Amino acid sequence: MSAYIVKRIVSAVITLFLVATLTFFLMYLVPGGPFLSEKAPSQQTLKALHEKYGLDKPIWVQYLNYMKRLIRGDLGTSLKMRGQEVNDIIKTRFPVSAKLGLVAILLAVCIGIPMGAVAALNRGRWPDRLIMFFSTLGIAVPGFVTATVLMLFFGVRLHVLPTFGLTSPLHYVLPVVSLAFYPTSYISRLMRSSMLDVLGQDYMRTARAKGLSRLKALFKHALRNAVLPVVTYLGPMLANILTGSFVIEKIFTIPGLGSQFVGSITDRDYPLIMGTTIFLAFLLITMNVIVDIAYKIIDPRIKLK
Amino acid sequence: MDYKEYKKNPLSFQPDFSDFLPATEQERQNMIVMRESVSFWKDGFRRFRKNKLAMASLVVIILIMIFAFVIPFFYPYSYEQQIRGSENLGIMEYSEQELERIEAGEKVFPHLLGTDSLGRDLMIRIMAGSRISLLVGIVASAIILVIGSLYGSIAGYFGGRVDMIMMRIVDIIYTVPDILVIILLSVTLKYPLKDLSDNVKGFGWINTIGIGLISIFIVFSLLYWVGMARIVRSQVLMLKEQEFVTAAKALGASDSRIIRKHLLTNSIGTLIVTTTLQIPSSIFTESFLSFLGLGVSAPMPSLGSLASQAIGGISSYPHRLMAPAVMISLIILSFNLLGDGLRDAFDPRLKNQEG
Repeated sequence: MSAYIVKRIVSAVITLFLVATLTFFLMYLVPGGPFLSEKAPSQQTLKALHEKYGLDKPIWVQYLNYMKRLIRGDLGTSLKMRGQEVNDIIKTRFPVSAKLGLVAILLAVCIGIPMGAVAALNRGRWPDRLIMFFSTLGIAVPGFVTATVLMLFFGVRLHVLPTFGLTSPLHYVLPVVSLAFYPTSYISRLMRSSMLDVLGQDYMRTARAKGLSRLKALFKHALRNAVLPVVTYLGPMLANILTGSFVIEKIFTIPGLGSQFVGSITDRDYPLIMGTTIFLAFLLITMNVIVDIAYKIIDPRIKLK
Repeated sequence: MDYKEYKKNPLSFQPDFSDFLPATEQERQNMIVMRESVSFWKDGFRRFRKNKLAMASLVVIILIMIFAFVIPFFYPYSYEQQIRGSENLGIMEYSEQELERIEAGEKVFPHLLGTDSLGRDLMIRIMAGSRISLLVGIVASAIILVIGSLYGSIAGYFGGRVDMIMMRIVDIIYTVPDILVIILLSVTLKYPLKDLSDNVKGFGWINTIGIGLISIFIVFSLLYWVGMARIVRSQVLMLKEQEFVTAAKALGASDSRIIRKHLLTNSIGTLIVTTTLQIPSSIFTESFLSFLGLGVSAPMPSLGSLASQAIGGISSYPHRLMAPAVMISLIILSFNLLGDGLRDAFDPRLKNQEG
């Protein structure tokens, strides 16, 4: 077990290192380095800035300095918002996104799993057809389409739900629903197929044969085993929610990290783009490691290598 | 002697003579298994044709392709043409100048979906956007197919240390958060590409195709081939143990010939299915990127950027949002269903591997 954990952590560190290195060298491709903006600074200011940030040194020295700063957790300074540290921006923006994302994940899990189970238990009948119809639609429709259609219908036409900001619980409804639509659909499809798999297993017949009631067999044996593959999806789901948040936060003007990131892309605020990327990559990779390890602990049938 | 009349005592060990009679002509005919031989393709297509949903999605895809690639040639407007005085028209509306021209007896083609704030016909822009989406999906998937199948088959075929090192690289790329790196690359790749097309001779074609489009191809093929490589490798690992590979080796076939003619040819079903399912996922990502403003560069439209531009005027012009939104969903949905259908027809084993 511990060998597996160590191996997984080492590979995560390598990945992070790769992402950081890639980020650094990609930054180099941008002409003018980190100080490019519409109002080009004068030669002298540029030189002074370069000296201040050590950009006049050879590239490998810069790379080492950058890595050293990164290890200390310093992500640099924003370009467009003068004097603001990327760390501070993330600190104020991230909790908003995290709250939104967590609610969406909860929703996706709490709706997707029962939906998939119901579909599997009614295989071929109308509940199955209905659920499969919506989940097929759900994985085909991009997040921005779901979000804008919901906004158009409930916000603009019916005026029942607010369409921007995150000031009251009611404000959460539209962004959370549009954020959770894809993962919910995916989970219910995953759950349906794994449930069908489990229902055909011998131990289900044994459970019924030894006199367990239908419901008990369902909850004690079927659901527990069928949920396991869904756990593997938690890692990718996090990535989905994250990318979804870029679009959803932009559409609903939510002051989270996602809309900040999109804003920094449109503004070409390179240090902010790089900093946020590294932060999010760190987050995703760490969560993936945790999910992987948790999965091995939950399912004792999986042999640890 | 008439053996048919012979009644056997059920308890006797005497052999049943009727078993040893020479077969009649009819019996002989019945014994010969002479079904028409069914090839891999025929068998697959027979199964595919039975799948109504997949057939319907194939028809939809063909219709969309005609819509995106053929109709624009006959359409009287172009996607970048700004018609003065016809800004912000609704569905099937005419501007005042156009009404005057109609009064004068001229024939004016209607703006089927109206125009945008710059006076560009929305219908043709949606056609052009669908064309970009389809192009991105198909070209990116083709590149991924080539890289992934080569890499995967080499790793699987040679095995041992080569396999270990190659697959370790795949594992690492697999754990890289793809969307972040894609965004990062699309932000930064434009500069060196522009540099290349402006200053180096022979690279002018980059500008013709469009820097945005090229960088999308590069970015997708850099990151998405790993899934394909894994699938191809597992196929090759299975196939290379089979007798025909040993036979080919014994006949002196070279490694590259075995990979090309035997291993890849035999995993063609998997390759087709995986590539078809890669197309909608590439289109999905492209529309996401252009929604964020990172896709193809203006004035070329993409379904994602059309939707993103329409958000500002969502309350007054909802159709501007709905049209590209419906189109992109239709494209992704029909490719998904087509891929599922192909998988059921050509590669039933794959079915249980994913949700």
